[in-house]
Amino acid sequence: MIKHLRSAADLDAATATLILDTAAEMAALSGREVKKLPALRGRTVVNLFYEDSTRTRISFEAAAKRLSADVINFSAKGSSVSKGESLKDTALTLQAMGADAVVIRHPASGAPHRLANWVEGSVVNAGDGTHEHPTQALLDAYTMRSRLGRLDGLRVAIVGDVLHSRVARSNVLLLTTLGAQVTVVGPPTLIPLNVAAALSASTKVSYDLDSVIPDSDVVMMLRVQTERMQDSYFPSSREYSRRYGLDLRRMKQMQEHAIVMHPGPMNRGMEIAPEVADSPRSTIVEQVANGVSVRMAVLYLLLGGK
Amino acid sequence: MAQPRADAPSKIILEGSDLSRVVDRIAHQILEKTSGATGTVLLGIPTRGVPLAHRLAARIHAFEGVDVPVGSLDITLYRDDLRLQATRALGKTELPPGGIDGLRVILVDDVLFSGRSVRAALDALKDLGRPSSVQLAVLVDRGHRQLPIRADYVGKNIPTALSESVKVTLTEIDGADEVKLIGGLQ
Repeated sequence: MIKHLRSAADLDAATATLILDTAAEMAALSGREVKKLPALRGRTVVNLFYEDSTRTRISFEAAAKRLSADVINFSAKGSSVSKGESLKDTALTLQAMGADAVVIRHPASGAPHRLANWVEGSVVNAGDGTHEHPTQALLDAYTMRSRLGRLDGLRVAIVGDVLHSRVARSNVLLLTTLGAQVTVVGPPTLIPLNVAAALSASTKVSYDLDSVIPDSDVVMMLRVQTERMQDSYFPSSREYSRRYGLDLRRMKQMQEHAIVMHPGPMNRGMEIAPEVADSPRSTIVEQVANGVSVRMAVLYLLLGGK
Repeated sequence: MAQPRADAPSKIILEGSDLSRVVDRIAHQILEKTSGATGTVLLGIPTRGVPLAHRLAARIHAFEGVDVPVGSLDITLYRDDLRLQATRALGKTELPPGGIDGLRVILVDDVLFSGRSVRAALDALKDLGRPSSVQLAVLVDRGHRQLPIRADYVGKNIPTALSESVKVTLTEIDGADEVKLIGGLQ
């Protein structure tokens, strides 16, 4: 088993499948009376969050607690970081406290890679800058597999701000490893210039959502990062919504079995219409529930053994 | 514990129909000791305890027409040597629809050795519910207990040396029914 999970590219098909299979067993726990397993008793997991996050932090915390690990939550606000402490000094502090795993979210791409050099424990990337978010990709793959029964040969459209999306990058890498065919869709300003180099050689590109939708088993909508709205990647939110938003009319073009995904948080009415988000095709709530199972599997596989 | 080498001498203890007869006997004993196997659930410990539990249920059904619910109980996360070895893949835990609360649970495993698996199973069980009582059925008891645990139903007692190992294969998983003693000199 690997020691760190810094990138979806750390995972080969066998390891990724093992994580998904383990997550399926962990999911059975949620139906039990005592939702706790003793696997990580006496281990310490630190959640090191330099960026705001609701679902990822809570999800990691729930996962670690259900495995009986001790959890220390660290958010940059209200810590010595606001006094100017560097990532390295924070890492050394965590090291001195004996953290067995550090779950890190950081605005700088590559922060988890640096951190892995400074701490002895496992490092789990919970989102770094515009780089990667591997556990999100794992939970998305898990959700697709449990809804559609397979990943191999699945046609997945990832729609929106692919250029800045760590969710998109991790998903492309992981899904390609697991045999799915990914098409990235969005305005040309928000798609990397050289997709083969930036993502993977087998990734297709389209600028026309309507032509991709009827051929897709999965349509994954990315959040429009409103913090980038000023950067004029597209003329107006209304134009974006009309060309790349998933509304009822577009959803009707989807195949019978196809599903709609969104990593959250959603901008309802922008990239996704409320009726679509709440439709039976949407897996958005499932994705959150599956996140806990997948993160349990990751923590167990990284920390459970010798 | 050192594993015997792959080319170590081996001796077949049970095979084919002998093994079926042993399973039949355990099924009869369960019926006898539990007055007809009412209020009883069989939980197999993966991997080979699970098909054994299903076989016992099928035999009990054949003998007395009683349907005994069968489930499986994975103990990986409860093992006391979890940290001492590389990470293990998990097995399936599946309780019958009626659960285990207030019922007699019979744990089923292939080999009883140190007793540590059974302790792990008891720990796992307590997170799943509260059975009225717990019993243990094993195909082979090879001795060398490290904990105060004994089986209620034993298919075959095999005296072994610590240097030997007992290998059970079952048709459902391995293609053939066999109990083999590997290593040492018989």
